[in-house]
Amino acid sequence: MTLLQVRDLRVEFKTPDGLVKAVAGVSFDLKAGETVAIVGESGSGKSVTNLAYMGLLPSSKTNITGSVLLETDKGVVELIGMDNDGLRKVRGQDIAMIFQDPMSALHPYYTIGDQLIEAHQVHNDVDKSVSRDRAIELLSLVGVADPAERLKAYPHQFSGGMRQRVMIAMALMNNPKVLIADEPTTALDVTVQAQILKLLRDLQARFGMAVILITHDLGVVAGAADRVNVMYGGRLVESTGVNELYANPMMPYTVGLLDSIPRMDQGHGKRLRAIPGQPPSLIKLGEGCAFAARCERKKELPEGTCETSPELREVKAGHLVRCHLYENKGVAK
Amino acid sequence: MSGIWAYVTRRLGLTLIILLAVSFAVYVIFSLLPYDPAALTCGKNCNDPGIIEANRVRLGYDKPFWEQYWLFLSGLFVGRSFGTGAAAIFCPAPSFGYSFQQHGCVTNLLVDALPVTIYLAVGALILWLIVGVGLGIISAKFRGKIWDTLSTAFVLIGTSLPTFLTGLMLIIFLVIKLDGSPFPSDGYTAPEEDFGQFLLSMVLPWVTLAFAFAAIYTRFVRSQILEISTEDYIRTAKAKGLSDGRILGKHTLRAALAPIVTMAGLDFAGLLGGAILTEAVFNLPGMGRLSLKAVVDIDLPVIVATTILAAAIVVVMNMILDIAYAFIDPRVRV
Repeated sequence: MTLLQVRDLRVEFKTPDGLVKAVAGVSFDLKAGETVAIVGESGSGKSVTNLAYMGLLPSSKTNITGSVLLETDKGVVELIGMDNDGLRKVRGQDIAMIFQDPMSALHPYYTIGDQLIEAHQVHNDVDKSVSRDRAIELLSLVGVADPAERLKAYPHQFSGGMRQRVMIAMALMNNPKVLIADEPTTALDVTVQAQILKLLRDLQARFGMAVILITHDLGVVAGAADRVNVMYGGRLVESTGVNELYANPMMPYTVGLLDSIPRMDQGHGKRLRAIPGQPPSLIKLGEGCAFAARCERKKELPEGTCETSPELREVKAGHLVRCHLYENKGVAK
Repeated sequence: MSGIWAYVTRRLGLTLIILLAVSFAVYVIFSLLPYDPAALTCGKNCNDPGIIEANRVRLGYDKPFWEQYWLFLSGLFVGRSFGTGAAAIFCPAPSFGYSFQQHGCVTNLLVDALPVTIYLAVGALILWLIVGVGLGIISAKFRGKIWDTLSTAFVLIGTSLPTFLTGLMLIIFLVIKLDGSPFPSDGYTAPEEDFGQFLLSMVLPWVTLAFAFAAIYTRFVRSQILEISTEDYIRTAKAKGLSDGRILGKHTLRAALAPIVTMAGLDFAGLLGGAILTEAVFNLPGMGRLSLKAVVDIDLPVIVATTILAAAIVVVMNMILDIAYAFIDPRVRV
């Protein structure tokens, strides 16, 4: 069952320097119980895509178009263009979010009990003690010892990993169908990263929710995701199952990303490969292929091919690529 | 919270040391002034060396500096007599000395003046906090809209109009030109004398003093709210599905409390030393006017006393603020 259906989502920011096309036509589906990773470097639009339909971007200077359909208890709703009050009820209830930096994502002046209970109270007309019991239940689920006592603690009394656990507990207070995890492990130590990812997997199995995992780290994706969407310059450039992506990356950008990860099986002394050049300016981005300036395989193509943007094509079953190198294979999506 | 009392004790000790240093610095500075304090006690046209020398002995100005400073300090705790025998004047503790210009113990002058300034400062503080915080919130909530523009205009006017001009305009239009004006034109009435008349006599000074501060606070609160609105924990609050009103009222304002309290505390402490312009314009017998008169008359004991008192108020307020942080910010408590 498809829980979330994103179609041709576009996000533009009006800035003094010009129109920034942060997201330029992104489409993907999220099915119940699956984890979709959205991978890309800073400025690729991976976070903005999800903040946009959550209504968490500053509205005055932002244009959002396209369609995002969400399956809720009350049927399918369109999130784009929904009024603020409607979106507010979706947030935290149907779709919950956790963020990159648990140090700053919790309010420093309120106890975590207060913040957890508030997350439950806002969507449920129940007695505070019910919300409190729910908070204790979830804190113990995410691995916080002595949860009833810890409700009285302030965020600064927790370590970074523990705070992220509290954030996860807060996100799950209302049993959401979709959890958006925006770089949930980036600010954490590597050992803690693994614990948090495992926790997310366990909770997902337990509650059957779907997860959108936003990250720039393909190492995180490998163990955590079912499907991977690679974003570049505000567009999806490759989308496929996680095993297929690691075994058979097609788009030169994805290949470059995978080559830049250190690997145990490649021996010592070998230099890591980096992708040359810089991410493109989203203001100056023209009609051509956004990756052309950094593409090492450009010379395989006839002169002038990269002046036009390639289509996202299904090159083989379940493997979509936006690349001129695969122009004559498969069907455009 | 047991740690908090250790903290308060430590802070209190530090405050006492600072106050001692301040009193010493003030005393040194004023003893270096090129005036003969004994000659000043005798008035402008006094040339009788007999009276001057007699006063020098009575006030202790004939003693070396350290002894004078010691007499001043001990006077603060045990009181001090000036002169001997039947003509002696005793100023009980805490004695700040004796003012020959005003013919009285300095402490009595302070006791008369301080309440007036406190009434002025407290009323103005309440007024400017209500207006400044209120407009700041409105301005931030309707950023870029007409309300924001209007409050920006208010900020501009409030920060550019000098207090004496605001005060004088209020007097001209609401007291002199307004027939049957309820506001008195002859200055201050003490609250224990006639409370209604006291309120009427204080309204215009309060408005005058609060006007300038309200403008500054509007701008400050607006910028604080806009800055806090970009914090990650505010995004978390939105992602939880809280309403805008609750986010502003609970999460944003709570975070803005500490900087607002700090600023209000320091401004308030500064005013207790005397709102010189406002007191002068409205003829209020407060600390500001006392200091002003003392400076004009070169009434050294009063200048020393008001300076030390003003410094002491600021130092003590700093201590109170530090302790208040412990209640406002759980991270300070530990």
